[in-house]
Amino acid sequence: MSEGAKELSMSEQAKAAVEMEVEVVEAEEVEALDGTREISATELQSITEALIFVADEPLDAKTISKVLRVEQSAVDDAIQSLAEEYDRRGGGLQLREIAGGWQISTRPENHEHVRAYLKSRPSAKLSLASLETLAVIAYKQPVTVPEILEIRGVQSPSAIKTLLDKKLIVAKGRKETVGRPMMYGTSKEFLIQFGLKDLSELPSIEDFQDLAAE
Amino acid sequence: MDDSPVTETVTTTTGSAGENSTPTISVAGAAPTIAPDREHDQLKITLGEFEGPLDLLLYLIRQEQINIYDIPIARITDEYLRYLNLMQELDLALAGDFLVMAAQLIELKSRMLLPRDPLAAEEELEDPRTELVNRLLEHEKFKAAAQMLWSRATVEQAVFTRAEIETDKNNPEVAVGLFDLLTVFQKILARHKEEVMMEIEREEVSMAEMIERLRNMIRSAGELNLVTFFERAQSRRELVVAFLTVLELVRMAEISLTQKETFGEIVARAASPA
Repeated sequence: MSEGAKELSMSEQAKAAVEMEVEVVEAEEVEALDGTREISATELQSITEALIFVADEPLDAKTISKVLRVEQSAVDDAIQSLAEEYDRRGGGLQLREIAGGWQISTRPENHEHVRAYLKSRPSAKLSLASLETLAVIAYKQPVTVPEILEIRGVQSPSAIKTLLDKKLIVAKGRKETVGRPMMYGTSKEFLIQFGLKDLSELPSIEDFQDLAAE
Repeated sequence: MDDSPVTETVTTTTGSAGENSTPTISVAGAAPTIAPDREHDQLKITLGEFEGPLDLLLYLIRQEQINIYDIPIARITDEYLRYLNLMQELDLALAGDFLVMAAQLIELKSRMLLPRDPLAAEEELEDPRTELVNRLLEHEKFKAAAQMLWSRATVEQAVFTRAEIETDKNNPEVAVGLFDLLTVFQKILARHKEEVMMEIEREEVSMAEMIERLRNMIRSAGELNLVTFFERAQSRRELVVAFLTVLELVRMAEISLTQKETFGEIVARAASPA
């Protein structure tokens, strides 16, 4: 603060501070309205890669564009050329779209060695009953417990509980019918664990028809 | 017995195999086998993996190589009931679903035997088996879908993302400071003070012995609450040696200390070779 500022009363000081802040905000807004923070395509690509790398979950272009305050289309382009770069390089990592976002992961071809290093073994995560229940929920969602019973021909309370515990399914409200049963659907975690971009990537259930009829 | 596979031992008839038992992906399964279980002196009976009546029915149809669109209801009903009898003889807790299906099959069988009503409306002339066939096909589709999910999950398990990034929150190791260690030490020291002890013969424990003791305790238990370690000290002097030992092993990066919360327990474990 300058000598002059000390002579200002408290309220005037506060006022001055607010004014300064307003100016700063305005300056930022102008920048944002332009939509073009001066980020070159190369720089944007580099930042995007870094963000996808540190993100705990698959990261979508919208989130990145919000953080960087750049047009989403620019981020889309950056991701696209990044993905191409990853493919071209044919390295140990891949950049792939999963559960509505992008994620950097190892390529499956390397799994043996990665596992050897991590000293981890592939774990069979779900029982047959849980898998079948999950399949019904994935294709019929939102679906109620009685509807699952109809298809599976057997009660599946413990399977439902397991799937809820593993966060693979979520409650999707109640069905407006007798008894108002709870409806279930698959979660984002389901997409991640089964390597799906979105639900439309699941093969059509009718494709299993031929298989079933033999 | 809800949706657990029908694989049970004679003596444990009600025990459900549980959700997390070894999952097997196989279309409903093998013929029943009886094998003596030597370890437990029991007979182990395997009836295949029947996830309920539809599964059992599908299995029977496949085994008899029957055209699913033209099921000989009488034959399949007999087969089905034979299986139920076997299961009952073995004193397996039969799920109600199995009995419901048996009733439906018998009803179907009787309807097939009756001549069709020539005066019946067109839509009532429908094959009485249609509904069952549709249910079976629907069920089998979802079995196939479950297989698909299983293989997707298997592929997905071959893909790894980066390890968790270290932050103070998920790495309590960095949160243990010398002061936390001192606090625990002070507590034990204070507790020792309260006990009036007659030290008749002082047993001297050397630093080397103490290091050996700590190593052994960690090796045998995998991880060790420092309080437990300090409490073994017989005297104040031994306690000091114990404390120095912990410091020494941490310095040599032989052990690492973790503390989940402030003033919580400090746990020592062998340091992972980083």
